[in-house]
Amino acid sequence: MKTENQKAWFFVLPVLLLVAFNALVPIMTVVNYSVQETFGNNVFFWQGLDWFEQILRSERFQAALGRQFLFTFLILIIEVPLGIIIALSMPRSGFWVPVCLVTMALPMLIPWNVVGAMWNIFTLPDIGLLGYLMNHTLGIPYDMTQNPFAAWVTIITMDVWHWTSLVVLLSYAGLVSIPDAYYQAAKIDGASAWKVFRFIQLPKLKTVLTIAILLRFMDSFNIYTEPFVLTGGGPGNSTTLLSIDLVKIALGQFDLGPAAAMSLIYFAITLLVSWLFYTLMTKDDAQ
Amino acid sequence: MRKRTLIPILYILFLMLPIYWLIAMSFKTTGEILSGFSLFPQTFTLENYKVIFTDPTWYWGYINSIIYVSLNTVISVAVALPAAYAFSRYRFLGDKQLFFWLLTNRMAPAAVFALPFFQLYSSVGLFDTHLAVALAHCLFNIPLAVWILEGFMGGVPKELDETAYVDGYSFPRFFVKIFLPTIKAGVGVAAFFCFMFSWVELLLAKTLTAVAAKPIAATMTKTASSAGYELGLLAAAGTLTIIPGAIVIYFVRNYIAKGFALGRV
Amino acid sequence: MAKITLSNLRHSYLPNPNGPEDFALKEIDLDWQNGGAYALLGPSGCGKSTLLNIISGLLVPSEGRILFDGKDVTDLPPDQRNIAQVFQFPVIYDTMTVRENLAFPLRNRGVAQAKITERVAEIAAMLEVEEMLDTRASHLSPDNKQKISMGRGLVRDDVNVVMFDEPLTVIDPHLKWKLRSKLKELHQRVRATMIYVTHDQTEALTFADQVVVMQDGEIVQIGTPVELFERPQHTFVGHFIGSPGMNVLPADEGQGGVTVEGHPITLEGEVTGSGGVAQVGIRPEFVSLAKTGLPGRVRKVSDIGRHSVLEAMVGDTSIKAVIDGPVPAQGEAVHLAFRADQTRLYRDGWIATEVGA
Repeated sequence: MKTENQKAWFFVLPVLLLVAFNALVPIMTVVNYSVQETFGNNVFFWQGLDWFEQILRSERFQAALGRQFLFTFLILIIEVPLGIIIALSMPRSGFWVPVCLVTMALPMLIPWNVVGAMWNIFTLPDIGLLGYLMNHTLGIPYDMTQNPFAAWVTIITMDVWHWTSLVVLLSYAGLVSIPDAYYQAAKIDGASAWKVFRFIQLPKLKTVLTIAILLRFMDSFNIYTEPFVLTGGGPGNSTTLLSIDLVKIALGQFDLGPAAAMSLIYFAITLLVSWLFYTLMTKDDAQ
Repeated sequence: MRKRTLIPILYILFLMLPIYWLIAMSFKTTGEILSGFSLFPQTFTLENYKVIFTDPTWYWGYINSIIYVSLNTVISVAVALPAAYAFSRYRFLGDKQLFFWLLTNRMAPAAVFALPFFQLYSSVGLFDTHLAVALAHCLFNIPLAVWILEGFMGGVPKELDETAYVDGYSFPRFFVKIFLPTIKAGVGVAAFFCFMFSWVELLLAKTLTAVAAKPIAATMTKTASSAGYELGLLAAAGTLTIIPGAIVIYFVRNYIAKGFALGRV
Repeated sequence: MAKITLSNLRHSYLPNPNGPEDFALKEIDLDWQNGGAYALLGPSGCGKSTLLNIISGLLVPSEGRILFDGKDVTDLPPDQRNIAQVFQFPVIYDTMTVRENLAFPLRNRGVAQAKITERVAEIAAMLEVEEMLDTRASHLSPDNKQKISMGRGLVRDDVNVVMFDEPLTVIDPHLKWKLRSKLKELHQRVRATMIYVTHDQTEALTFADQVVVMQDGEIVQIGTPVELFERPQHTFVGHFIGSPGMNVLPADEGQGGVTVEGHPITLEGEVTGSGGVAQVGIRPEFVSLAKTGLPGRVRKVSDIGRHSVLEAMVGDTSIKAVIDGPVPAQGEAVHLAFRADQTRLYRDGWIATEVGA
């Protein structure tokens, strides 16, 4: 039972200060920029909601947003089932378990630019392992710097390679917490493997899957470094996802107004969809 | 049972393939790389690694990264501990809202903060310092650390605190000598995740640094564009960045599955 | 319903067992009669759960065979043996309603819907859970959940045996008796062979017609609760059953007979066998205060309510007696008399006296 104690605010003060410094000040700046125009020399003109309108109407933004949703959608429908399947097929105990878990966790601890660079040299058409295999051994033309489809397949595969283990680890932790008696009872009840999954394993996985799906949604929606290092957003702008576009505008062109408006819209979409996901997935518990 | 184990094996092979390629590349000369395809290094060379270990621009990159990552981990966990304690033990005005607000920061796209951070940290004179990157990463790591620690602390019964007070412990002494050892798994998990997210992040680390605190990630990207594809060198640098991660996982290998579930399984 | 035969059963959890200590079950030869209510009683680690899992098919024995009505089922998996098992904690399908939980085993076997509805209604009435039929299983209290677990076991009418593995472990003490009586009632209605595993003698003695007492992987005695109480074949049975358990006193066999602390003891009958560690067993209920008998000093008196338990020291041996009425004070000198027809000699734990013709 928690006791009521307003002095607890002292405990949270350091956290509050640090996070507020990092969050509030920049956000205020961004809001500030988003409603003003500047031509330099710190002179600002009020623009109202013009930037927001401009961004929301711009084809460039809509295209980037569309690509971003497509990317996140593909990531989720591949990584979540794949992660669950791998977790289901792993032994529940034994010597190999820590070995498996450690090797699976490795991709997640590699700096994101190295992930992008790694896949870059891996997929070079004539001198990369995958590139060579595709083009010369299998005879399938593959060049992600020329072909948008190849670029998409590559960034999706790269992310699957990078993050599926998160789903695996979380699902695995959920699965090993199921007592043996449930499996024994299911055997006695004559339940098929599918029924065991549907009625015993899946319900117990709900908490960890919620965490996994939320994290993967957020991180894939906000992704920047890996695809940027891999494709630079190309060929053309076929793999220019939302973050990449934003950074181009903000740090590349220094278009403060549009960049700021876009930032706020971006953040708002992330929050909204995360909240939707979270509510949908936890609504059963409220019953 | 036998057929099923094929799946994890295939998956692990898939994971190791690009890593193998990176390592193989790091032992090749750039000449060999560009001249054609070879599965194993034909001319095995340590030249790339030699450059990294002897050229200050390179090895300082690693040192800088390790410095700000460690700084960030220490700061994040240190401030998260009392906050998590407050969230787990007390009700106070605005507690739910504060907790939720903290979590929303973890959801923020880093790209949104790139420019504002650049301006903010420049204005307080922290541009191009390790502290800047360490503090900037706090935006994402502190909420995560608080969430993880709160989860683990929830598993410790309040009776422990009460017994300590009855026994005459002052709060600081109780926290350090009794409470912390009880949740040391949680502290380990929180520190692991802080390390992980700070070590892998590039955008903010690159934006906030120039020369003095330049992380290895930035050094690598510079090389890729400017020096015209010194692939072997790049591969070696990349390979070396995998090592700290591998070491850290090795240390927490027994807690990995549970740890990723953040005590909420 | 079936008669179950266990023949030459031995089981070890180690891949290469060496001596008897490596075996969780040492040598089991046992017949369970059709429709009987059995209890498998013993302390933790005696092998009762192992035995249960072998009967249900969740474990394949290292040696020996299991027969259901004469048919060898040793290699059959659980779902083909037509058994039901209730576990220590309620095992139910949280996302299904009570009705769906009860119907589950029948659905998996392709039983017709009409039959399913009929059986579920029958079982629900028996368990008195009709009002909960459409509630989600996860919302029930532990004792109701356990009832549903039992229900799932009973809903199939071709069940050979229903096994209970310490099913009352997570139930609140004040609800235990309710479930216990419900179980007994179920057995009388359904007349299925039921095996109830427990370390709690009250549960065993109230439920079962026949109790199988196990210790260290062996069956020590099989009998009705009365038989186990009145004539324990083994000191373990005597000590484990009854509260307080039987007195097990170090004894000496000599020319003139059996003595305890030098005092001669009259036994129920002739002594059999020779050698081994000799012990005299007598239940505290049959030890009384008298003018003559073993001299001792009162060490402790506990008032249990209906009677008192007196502990006296005779030499170095402690003897307990159940006393109705006034009790002596601590430290007082007393004489203890043993009822001869309830006094037995045990050799290495096993009974060594015969009742005379």
